[in-house]
Amino acid sequence: MKKNYLKLLALCMVAVVAMFAFAGCGSDNNQQQSNNGANDENKVFYIGSIGPLTGAAASYGTSAKQGEEIAVAEINAAGGVAGYTFELLAEDDQHDAEKSVNAYNTLMDKGMNALVGSVTSVPCIAVTEESHADGLLQITPSGSAIAAAQYDNCFRICFTDPQQGEHMAQYIYDQGITNCAVLYDVSDAYSSGIYEAFVAAYEGLGGTVTAAESFASGDVDFHTQLTSIKNSGAQALFMPFYYQEVAYVANQAGDVGLDVPYFGSDGWDGVIKQLEGDTTLINGSAFLTPFIPSATDEKTVGFVTAYQEAYGAVPDQFAADGYDAVYAIAAALEKAGSADNAALVAAMYDIEIDGVTGHMSWDENGDATKDAIIAIIQDGDITQAE
Amino acid sequence: MEFLAQLLNGLSLGSIYALIALGYTMVYGICKMLNFAHGDVIMVGAYTLSIAMSTLHFPPFLSILTSMVVCAVLGVLIERIAYKPLRQASPLAVLITAIGVSYFLQSLALLIFGSTQRRVESAINVASIQVGDFTISGNAVITLVLTIILMVGLTWFINNTMTGKAMLAVSEDKGAAQLMGVNVNKTIAVTFLIGSALAAVAGVLYIASYGYVGPYTGAMPGIKAFVAAVLGGIGSVPGAMLGGILLGIIESLSKAYISTQLADAIVFGVLIVVLLVKPTGLLGKKIMEKV
Repeated sequence: MKKNYLKLLALCMVAVVAMFAFAGCGSDNNQQQSNNGANDENKVFYIGSIGPLTGAAASYGTSAKQGEEIAVAEINAAGGVAGYTFELLAEDDQHDAEKSVNAYNTLMDKGMNALVGSVTSVPCIAVTEESHADGLLQITPSGSAIAAAQYDNCFRICFTDPQQGEHMAQYIYDQGITNCAVLYDVSDAYSSGIYEAFVAAYEGLGGTVTAAESFASGDVDFHTQLTSIKNSGAQALFMPFYYQEVAYVANQAGDVGLDVPYFGSDGWDGVIKQLEGDTTLINGSAFLTPFIPSATDEKTVGFVTAYQEAYGAVPDQFAADGYDAVYAIAAALEKAGSADNAALVAAMYDIEIDGVTGHMSWDENGDATKDAIIAIIQDGDITQAE
Repeated sequence: MEFLAQLLNGLSLGSIYALIALGYTMVYGICKMLNFAHGDVIMVGAYTLSIAMSTLHFPPFLSILTSMVVCAVLGVLIERIAYKPLRQASPLAVLITAIGVSYFLQSLALLIFGSTQRRVESAINVASIQVGDFTISGNAVITLVLTIILMVGLTWFINNTMTGKAMLAVSEDKGAAQLMGVNVNKTIAVTFLIGSALAAVAGVLYIASYGYVGPYTGAMPGIKAFVAAVLGGIGSVPGAMLGGILLGIIESLSKAYISTQLADAIVFGVLIVVLLVKPTGLLGKKIMEKV
C-alpha cells in the first residue's frame, strides 16, 4: 500500500519537473521566434486571431475571422502598411478560456505581432492577462465586458455593455418616452451590465423605470413578467438580451395584452430571421447596433460586396468588428512605423479610423468612442434611424 | 386585478406541466420506473409537428396525429431496446439508462437539427379572449380543457378496460399478474405507447404556447413535470394534474410577487415541505410494505 503511494508521488514529481522543463522551453522558443517575425527580411506582420470556430458560439468566431481575412486581403492588395505585408494566423478557442490561452501561446510561438481577439468576453479576459505580461497589442472585436480590455495594451471595437445601456437610455428618452419598463436576463453578465447602466442613465435624464423584471437564461415563459410590466403603465419596454428570448417575448406579449414599442441592444442581431413569418410582432422596434449591412455608404457597400463574393453570406456585426480591428492595427502600424509592441500600443491612443462600424478613436480605457447606430425594424426590414 | 391575471398565467403554465406529468406518472405508476426521457419525447413530438406542418404541408389535424404516432412508436422502441433488457436489474440501473436515453435523444436532435431554436407553425390557433381589462390566452384555455379531458379519460381507461386492469395488476405485482395470465411485456409496451402519445400532445400544446423547439426544449419542462408528479403523488393520475396546476401557480405568483430568481427555489422548497409532511405526495396512495 505504502509503496504504491510512493510510486504515485514519484510519478507526480516527474510530471511536475517535466512541466517546468517544457514551460521553460516554450518561452525560449517564443522569444526567438517573435524576434524572427519582427525582423524578418521580407517584413511580414503577423496578426493573430482567436475566436470560437467550432462549438456553440462558432458563428461569432467564424464571422469575425472572415471579416478579418477580408481586411487583410484588402490591405495587402493595396501594398501593405509601412513596408509590411499582413498575414492572418487564426486559432480556435471554442469559447473556452483555457483553450483561448493555449491558442494565444501557440500564436506567440508562431511570431504574432498583434492580436485580434478573443471574440467572446470570458476567454478574452483570460487572454488579456497573458498579452499584458507580454506587452502585446490586443484588440478584441466583440468582447463587450469591461474586463475584456482591462489593461493598457488592450482595446476593443464594439461598445461596452454600460455604453449600450447609456446610449439606449438617451435614445428612448429622446423619443419622448418617460415611463419605460426593463426586462433583463439576471443570469447573464451582458444583459445585467446593460440593465444597470440603463437604469442609472435613464433615471439621471429624468425618466422613470416603471418595472424592472428579470428572468434566467433558458426560461421560455415570460407571461408573468409581461403582466407585471403591462400593469406598471410603461410606455415602452427595453429588452437588453439575445434574439431568441426576444422572439419568445414578442410572441407572448399578445397573450397578456401588452402593446408597447420595444427597444433592444446589439444582441438583437438575428431577430428578423428568428421571427420568420411573424416580424410584424416587432414592427417599430428599435435596437442599438454597431453595423447595418444594408447601409449605402461606400465603405459598407465595399465590405459587404467583398464579403459576399468570398463567403456567399451577408456579414454580421462580428464580421464588421473583425474587419475594423484589422484596420485599427494597420493604422497603429502606420503611425508607429515599426512592429515594436510598445510603439504599437502607444499609437493606438492617437489614431482615428473610419470603419464600417463608424468613425472611432480610443479613450484611456481602450474603449472605442463612436456614435451609436439605431436600427429600426419595419415589416422585416432594418433601416437606420436618423 | 393583477393578482387574477397572474393566477391565470400560473394556471396556463401549470396546465402544460400537468399534461406532461400525466405521462410521467402513468409510466411510473405501472412500471415503477422514472422515465427521464419523457421530456425529450415531447421535443421529438414538437420536431415531428414542425416537419409535418412546414415540410410535408400536412393539415393541422393530420400533423398532430403524425406526431402522436411517431412518439408512440418511439416510446415503444425505447422501452423495447433500453428498458426491457433491464426488467430484472436494479432500479438504479434503469434510472441511469433512462438518463442515457434522454441524452441520446437530445444529442440526436442536436446532430440532425442543429443548436438553433426552430420556429414551428402552431397546429392550434385560438385567438386571445378579451374580458374587460383582461386578456385570456386562447391556447391556455385549450391546454387546460384538454388536460382535464385527458386526465378523466386516462382514469376511466385504467379503471374500466381490460388493458387498464391489466396495467393495475402489473403495477401491483408483475410476477402474480403473469401467473394470472396477464401479458406483462405487452401491458408495459401499451403503457409506454399511451404515455408517449400523451407526450406528443404535450409537445403540440407546448408549441402552441411558445412557438419554438430546440434540442433541449424538453429538458426543463420534463424536470418540472416530474416535480409536479411527485408533488401530487407519483403514480396517481389526478395527483399529477393537481401537482402540475399547483406548481404553475406557485411559480407564477412567486415570480410576480417575491422574486424571479427565487421562483424555482420556492417551487422546490414547497416540494420538500410536502414530502416531509406527506411523503407519498398530496394524492399518493399509502403503500404498506410487508416485512
